[in-house]
Amino acid sequence: MNKIVEKENFSEKVVKIVVEAPLIAKARKPGNFVIVRVGEKGERIPLTIAGADIAKGTITIIVQKMGVSSTKLCNLEVGEYVTDLVGPLGKPTEIHKVGTVLCCGGGVGVAPLLPIVEGYKKAGNRVITVIAARSKDLLILEDEMRKHSDELIVMTDDGSHGRKGLVTEGMEEVIKREKVDECITIGPAIMMKFCSLLTKKYEIPTMASLNSIMVDGTGMCGACRVTVDGKTKFTCVDGPEFDAHKIDFDEMMSRLGGYKEEENDKMDHFQN
Amino acid sequence: MERSEEYIKNERKQEWRVELQKLTKAKDRMAVERVEMTEMAPEERIKSQRVEVNIGLTKKQAMLEATRCMDCVNPTCMEGCPVSINIPKFIKNIERGNILEAASVLKETSALPAVCGRVCPQEVQCEQKCFYVQKLNLPSVAIGHLERFAADFERESGVISVPELAESNGVKVAVIGSGPSGLSFAGDMAKSGYDVTVFEALHEIGGVLKYGIPEFRLPNAVVDVEIENLRRMGVKFITNYIVGQTASLDDLRAEGYKAFYVGSGAGLPRFMNIPGENSNGIMSSNEYLTRVNLMGADSEESDTPILRGKNVVVVGGGNTAMDSVRTAKRLGAERAIIVYRRSEEEMPARAEEVHHAKQEGIEFLTLTNPIEYIADEKSRVKQIKVQKMELGEPDASGRRRPIPMEGSEYTIDATVVVVAVGVSPNPLIPNSVEGLEVSKWGTIEVVKDKMQSSIPEVFAGGDIVRGGATVILAMGDGRKAAKNMNIYLQEKYLSNKVEH
Repeated sequence: MNKIVEKENFSEKVVKIVVEAPLIAKARKPGNFVIVRVGEKGERIPLTIAGADIAKGTITIIVQKMGVSSTKLCNLEVGEYVTDLVGPLGKPTEIHKVGTVLCCGGGVGVAPLLPIVEGYKKAGNRVITVIAARSKDLLILEDEMRKHSDELIVMTDDGSHGRKGLVTEGMEEVIKREKVDECITIGPAIMMKFCSLLTKKYEIPTMASLNSIMVDGTGMCGACRVTVDGKTKFTCVDGPEFDAHKIDFDEMMSRLGGYKEEENDKMDHFQN
Repeated sequence: MERSEEYIKNERKQEWRVELQKLTKAKDRMAVERVEMTEMAPEERIKSQRVEVNIGLTKKQAMLEATRCMDCVNPTCMEGCPVSINIPKFIKNIERGNILEAASVLKETSALPAVCGRVCPQEVQCEQKCFYVQKLNLPSVAIGHLERFAADFERESGVISVPELAESNGVKVAVIGSGPSGLSFAGDMAKSGYDVTVFEALHEIGGVLKYGIPEFRLPNAVVDVEIENLRRMGVKFITNYIVGQTASLDDLRAEGYKAFYVGSGAGLPRFMNIPGENSNGIMSSNEYLTRVNLMGADSEESDTPILRGKNVVVVGGGNTAMDSVRTAKRLGAERAIIVYRRSEEEMPARAEEVHHAKQEGIEFLTLTNPIEYIADEKSRVKQIKVQKMELGEPDASGRRRPIPMEGSEYTIDATVVVVAVGVSPNPLIPNSVEGLEVSKWGTIEVVKDKMQSSIPEVFAGGDIVRGGATVILAMGDGRKAAKNMNIYLQEKYLSNKVEH
């Protein structure tokens, strides 16, 4: 049982939760994720870690209401408990000094990108960050990103904040303007696919962090399998980050929908 | 706890045993027919994942079956038991009606008797070595059924004995993984006076006993009672804790843990790497069974979804394949089909599981192997292309090697496919502990019979060493490791020379 000590509604659908987890706070590194379960009938769901406070013994997770499990988590209030929380899981991001790094985040993918941006900056890189969302109210962590980046570009689909356009437009502008040595992308699968296509064109090494379906998160179930360079990998223990240019994003997107109908049924059951 | 032959012989000469031996003539013992386990009717039991198939023996049945046992001078049955249960002693206690005493005999060497009585492959262990099989060519004494009976009787009586514990020595040891191997180890170490803490990655204690083996074969309540017993012996359990991730081995050393037992299991499912295998609707048996057994996805109340299908194919011939295919039937599959590349004779599953599966209407396509999956426009599997096989010469496993028959391909319709072709060792511990020697298959290397790894204070056993075996072999490893870790710690920290 882990107590929620802080909660902030970023928007109607996106919530920031700070939860007690002293050991995870100490052990986590950029790129790691946790598995969370809410309620005795609850599902185990993977969520990326957006930050940690070792002194307070807490970690921050940012959740978007999607199905039953994420909604139940978002509905918890300060003082209430998450039933189970385990981690940190996955291989951490390999952060080193490479020169200029382009960090691109979309939607709630901006949350796990934050510790990576911080890490790259601390390692002495020039960090240019592009964050994107459909509209202003879905945009998260803008101030934090600005603080840790040398430059921040904000893109919205509808132009309600920052510049109007897709994340890739912001990225391409940077790539055309200066030499980018490495790129990292986290966000919806379709976004990561197009980021990857773009950087492939410019031959910039790119990592993508995947948010596959998982049950245990420790390698046991294989629900998170993904094809990378023609080989099946497990996102939980081999990832969650992979060479974006080698990921079969189409297969990945279809696998994310592998339980769509069943999930919708659960949602109907939950709402009625 | 390891008993000498002399000790066993002396026990056999105890007055009550001698009286029992005299009470019934050998001829009369042999004339008794082996007891038949009472089972739920197949058409009833397939309605629920949580109804146990075997109902158990009555006391009368058990006592009669116990008279069949000859109380042999040289009990060969015991050689077949990986945890060296004193089989004649517990059976003779049943014969004289002292069932609670029988249960406590089981607990002398087994941390999980009610579990073993249900899931051990007795027909290739103790029962195969039974005098009846070896010398008389008759069905063996039903040792497994009797073991289950004694353990269940004790549990249901509410009078549960706690094994005798040595005085606490204050030495802290950590167990990584709460499956059968870790539990067995924890039990023996607690008996020897150690301060034992078990760390479990999942939110439930029990490992494969909870996430893997379905409740129709092993009810969770049975596992929980055995875990509760360990708690009463002073064993502590911590869930949601992944050693190597949540904290390192060094962190635990700093907390005062002097030695470690790794029983983290064979956590990584194998796939066949054939075209289309990553289509939706195709999953590992681990995923399928975990969703149902651990997460309760068979119930509408559970938040965890499960895929159901009219036609479900399970690939493989082991116990996990049987568990998966029978689960599919219980989730409403009209056709639940085993596809196995060898013949039924080579199937590694327990004979009883195959028998029960057939009763439940499971179809068996043996000498058949999947070669490709065909998906619909939404990437959901709709058909499996299979190939017929024939058996050639025996391979390294001693079983006849299946050889594909050219031109024999055909397709089977299925919208759910469960792949149960084995597991690889979980990489989390081998990856996170520096200096730990690992084989090319990813299993932890140990000194055989000692279960000690390349790091002296780290012992390991079960599937992380074996790469995929049975509950009872994992438990046997746990006992061996406990015995040898005890010697190691006694000499290192307690200044006691222990006779090896």
